[in-house]
Amino acid sequence: MTLADSQTTVLTRTTAVAPTRGLVEITAVHKSFGSLHVLRGVSLTVEPGSVTAILGPSGSGKSTLLRTINHLEKVDAGYVAIDGSLVGYRKRGNSLHELREKDILKQRTGIGMVFQNFNLFGHLTALENVVEAPVVAQGKTKAEARRRGLELLERVGLGDKAGAYPRQLSGGQQQRVAIARALALDPKILLFDEPTSALDPELVNEVLDVIRELATSGTTLVIVTHEMGFARDVADTVVFMDQGQIVESGTPAEIFANPREERTRGFLSKIIEPAFNI
Amino acid sequence: MTIAPTDVEQAATRTAPQAAGTASPGEGAQTNNAVPPALPPAPGRAAADYSGYRIVAARHPWRWAGTAVVALGLAAVLWSLATNPRWEWDVVAQWFTAESVIRGLGETLKLTVIAGALGFVLGFILALMRLSASPLLVSVSWTFSWIFRSTPLLVQMLLWYNLGYLYEKISLGIPFTSVTFFEVQTTTLVSQFAAAILGLTLNQAAYSAEIIRGGILSVDQGQLEAAAALGIPAWRRSTRIVLPQAMRSILPTAFNEIIGLVKGTSIVYVLAYSELFYTVQVIYNRTQQVLPLLLVATLWYIVITSVLSVFQYYIERHYAKGAVRTLPLTPLQKARKFFTIRTNARNLT
Ligand SMILES: Nc1ncnc2c1ncn2[C@@H]1O[C@H](COP(=O)(O)OP(=O)(O)OP(=O)(O)O)[C@@H](O)[C@H]1O
Ligand SMILES: [Mg+2]
Repeated sequence: MTLADSQTTVLTRTTAVAPTRGLVEITAVHKSFGSLHVLRGVSLTVEPGSVTAILGPSGSGKSTLLRTINHLEKVDAGYVAIDGSLVGYRKRGNSLHELREKDILKQRTGIGMVFQNFNLFGHLTALENVVEAPVVAQGKTKAEARRRGLELLERVGLGDKAGAYPRQLSGGQQQRVAIARALALDPKILLFDEPTSALDPELVNEVLDVIRELATSGTTLVIVTHEMGFARDVADTVVFMDQGQIVESGTPAEIFANPREERTRGFLSKIIEPAFNI
Repeated sequence: MTIAPTDVEQAATRTAPQAAGTASPGEGAQTNNAVPPALPPAPGRAAADYSGYRIVAARHPWRWAGTAVVALGLAAVLWSLATNPRWEWDVVAQWFTAESVIRGLGETLKLTVIAGALGFVLGFILALMRLSASPLLVSVSWTFSWIFRSTPLLVQMLLWYNLGYLYEKISLGIPFTSVTFFEVQTTTLVSQFAAAILGLTLNQAAYSAEIIRGGILSVDQGQLEAAAALGIPAWRRSTRIVLPQAMRSILPTAFNEIIGLVKGTSIVYVLAYSELFYTVQVIYNRTQQVLPLLLVATLWYIVITSVLSVFQYYIERHYAKGAVRTLPLTPLQKARKFFTIRTNARNLT
């Protein structure tokens, strides 16, 4: 059975062994673009194997926060650590040394990222997209990477689309290839930046079903999303951001049922009400 | 639920052709193939069923008229070319494959291939420099393009050839000391050929750098970001992810440049370098058959350009992979399809 088939099954988290890798510690991170102070002292701990959903209004810095985790964005102050080692820096005595490009790339292979607009390589087939990074970044053999690539495409329900180019695929299929591509590096952490917001409503579920299945696999997931129902079902922790700060975080039950903060309440009332009337 | 009604509708339309099939038994699969319906559709029915109708392609009478006019004009031109004795086709034929002309042609090709290849490789490096984060590399690349695009190629060529006049010796050593590793006379280093290649390559590099830079800029930034997020190294990001996608916008202009270069090599006549054009000039100065010999050179340039155009077509097609949903047919495939359809049509009637 492929993932895309397993429509809205209610999942209980059944991770067999407690995952030991994939701990993300974000500590007092600040980031500015010119005079715009986008992250204002964000601290967040994401437990290994957990699923964290980040919610918040547009421009609140969700994407920026996500991008600091794999060092696509350099922080101005504070730090991000993964399993205890700093992202983008090496600690030596009392100083932090910026890592060289090569070491940063190595760190990134442990962190998969799925983009809002897929960013599949348009001139490569679905399978070639998936195979590229394991071969060049992890030094796997072509044959091995292909075998694993096919397996992953099968897993996201696209075993028959291995030879298709991205432009020959629907949006939902492209996003599932993008997820397979991120999985190919066996990351301990997967970052999703609004993975379904570029999709037509009927394609959203096929992608969410794939992510839902990943939630039980022991990989740490950090998901920026506007799909409230999905966040409520799948997340262990929901984080609400506004104006570059984390306003509050807690279990879905806490955040959705009785948010403590006025700003959270205001945001949720705007988003959730219409969503439930469908 | 909003899905249900659409489903029902689809189911309804899907069964329609089957209903038509049962209405005219024995035709089943052929209904598309220009067979008139056994039973005409009942008049006055709201949802008409056109499955049995023959499809008549749109006719374009003006297209045919236009084609006829152009063909007539072309025929007139060819007729005058063939019958006017002043074109001296016999002389053209005599010189077209003459040994000296072929040797000149070889030199032209050699210059084009070497200067074209080196020019584009250097241009690629310059383009990467220009797009790099290092201000030094950016300004070096910018200055290079600035200088070589603002001086006439003719002047560059003569300067390279006369380098020996400006600098008698070229030596490799440590600057501002007397340590030298080796030293040569400039004139022995810069031959006619070297001056030609230097001039053409550097000039070509300056132009192709901009073409390649334009192509790279046309690739979506998200591609680089995704590649970086996957841990793919910078060089590989450029060559494997960005460049192949940039090729689509680079190629048409690049072929313009190469075709320009084929004829542009004729500028090396200032060095008395005997490529194709210089060769025919030498010949007609001797024989006074100016027009036919210019025709010889022209015909060869046409041949080269035609071959390059075919290359261009297939190379562009190669890089269009994945950029278009379905590749258009090649002329060969189109021709084959045209004839199969014709034959099928004839077999049917
Ligand atoms: N590279 C950049 N340069 C300048 N400003 C930027 C840059 N990236 C983001 N910003 C600004 O930072 C702020 C936060 O952006 P961010 O993309 O993190 O928001 P977001 O919470 O993801 O919003 P959305 O839900 O709309 O995606 C915005 O005001 C944005 O304009
Ligand atoms: Mg965003």
